[in-house]
Amino acid sequence: MSVLEISGVNKTFGGLRALDDVNLKIEEKTVHAVIGPNGAGKSTLLNAVIGKLIPDNGTISFSGNSMIGLKPHKINQLGISRVFQTPEIFADLTIMENMMIPLLAHRDGEFKLNAWKRSDQDADLQEKAAKYLEYVNMLGKSDSHAGSMSRGDKRRLELAMCLSQEPKLLLLDEPTAGMARADTNNTIDLLKKIKADGMTMVIIEHDMHVVFSLADKVSVMAAGHVIVEGSPDEIKVNPKVREAYLGGAEV
Amino acid sequence: MHIDKFTPKSDMMMLLGFAAAVLLMPLWLQPFGAAYPDLMQRFAIFGLFAIGFNILFGQTGYLSFGHAAFIGVGSYTTVWIFKLFTLNILPAMVAGVLMSGIFALIIGFICLRRTGIYFSILTLALAQMSYNLAYSVLTPITMGETGLQVEAADPRAWDAPLAEGAVPRTNLFGIEMTDFGGLAGFYICAVILIVGFYIALRITRSPFGSMLRGLKTNQNRMSYTGLNTRPYALAAFVISGMYAGLAGSLMAAMDPLAGAERMQWTASGEVVLMTILGGVGTLIGPFLGAVAIKYFENIFSAIDGAVLTSALDFLPDFLVSGIVPVLSLFVGKGWHLTLGLIFMLVVIFLPGGIMEGYRRIKARFSKSGQE
Repeated sequence: MSVLEISGVNKTFGGLRALDDVNLKIEEKTVHAVIGPNGAGKSTLLNAVIGKLIPDNGTISFSGNSMIGLKPHKINQLGISRVFQTPEIFADLTIMENMMIPLLAHRDGEFKLNAWKRSDQDADLQEKAAKYLEYVNMLGKSDSHAGSMSRGDKRRLELAMCLSQEPKLLLLDEPTAGMARADTNNTIDLLKKIKADGMTMVIIEHDMHVVFSLADKVSVMAAGHVIVEGSPDEIKVNPKVREAYLGGAEV
Repeated sequence: MHIDKFTPKSDMMMLLGFAAAVLLMPLWLQPFGAAYPDLMQRFAIFGLFAIGFNILFGQTGYLSFGHAAFIGVGSYTTVWIFKLFTLNILPAMVAGVLMSGIFALIIGFICLRRTGIYFSILTLALAQMSYNLAYSVLTPITMGETGLQVEAADPRAWDAPLAEGAVPRTNLFGIEMTDFGGLAGFYICAVILIVGFYIALRITRSPFGSMLRGLKTNQNRMSYTGLNTRPYALAAFVISGMYAGLAGSLMAAMDPLAGAERMQWTASGEVVLMTILGGVGTLIGPFLGAVAIKYFENIFSAIDGAVLTSALDFLPDFLVSGIVPVLSLFVGKGWHLTLGLIFMLVVIFLPGGIMEGYRRIKARFSKSGQE
């Protein structure tokens, strides 16, 4: 069953056709990688899915509901979480408070004036926060400052924040960009664990090592089109992909 | 970086310490020459204003340059209740807070369409507009430059009529603000300040408080976490506007008149200085900043050349005649210069304000204690 369905989506910026009749189906419990050279339209596609920009035409539906024109927070409340290229966390707050905000958003919805109870006395939320921090192996640091961590730790916190909302779909934009090798491997291991627990994920990625170690299905984009779709092994040997993306070099 | 952990117990201690310090002001301000009711009332009122302002500026990260407008709304509403209904300050203050809340809802709704500097400019523009309206179109309500005053002949619906020529005095169920040499008024302000501080403390520690800090740190992440940022910012704006309205109400309750000069942009700027001087985002800092600025305004401005000369009596004459003209620049009408210098020093060396200074001293002592 497909969770996310993108069909016939177009988007032009001035004279530039960023998305040209894009069709994509994301199946439940699969990891779907979208790859392609710079300027292929991967980020534009992601921004269209999360409501940052509205496509000129076409439909994007999530579990059968159209998402066109919805604000980002509404789209998140439907069950789509996003991980950014640069980890987007609350840098000035403690790790625990970073966890509380998504948990509260998941429990209380997009707005609730809950200004009297103490959040550090909410045992249920504290317990959930601890559970997800443990899942990403960050328990025990919950009182320290989120902004002063390494990039890899920030990524793990961001993933814990997203997962704590129990999303139906996780979108990742180059989850290992700008990371040291050790951090990259840790992140891949964590993503494999998330995948094994049955999460549906869409990954936009440049790093082939990341793509081939995680993806069940790969879509290759070039110049606003999806040119090829298939399993990682099919993609590796596809001549069209080599030409458009890998420039004919050996993989 | 270490972040202090706050527990219900540590917060209770802070509240008790704050309450004790405020209630004992008539004692410990004695050596500083500031223990007279009029000035202590101002400490409490502006402290309340700054604590409320900090909810918007310190916690949510929206710098408003127009909060004095809510002081004006609170003051005018309060005086009108004094004129039309009763000289009891309780209903007048409730009305002042509600009216400034409504006003803040409208201004906030308009200004929060933008963030950053554009938000600040919008608040400034709307507040200056209110200020000018109070002097022009709205004179039937505000009495323009004369200011709105309470008179014996006002038709107070709920009070027995006053004798002709009697001076109308505000009261709280019979206790007049001027009773006990003005201390009655001060203690009413002090209790309201403590309650206001407690409410700000609860807001800070609540889930709503977390959302406000999230808004300050990363609005993008807030949206992609499923949170609608606008109503959170608007709620913070209205709450801080209501604090400002309460402060304006208290000003009118202590001295029953209201004038538009309270709404001028300099008053809005002053609360920004108070918050930064004391410590942005801290709970006690804004109050300390308010006390510091009001202290300078009242004490330093009262020092003149003669006072300086007698204070420097022990020095040789030629030195006194050299030093006094220089020091005179910094006192009396020149107190702004001293305040400006202190403000610069604080911003450069202690960006976290007085509270950061306190934390550094505390850290130094606890470190030397461990060794």
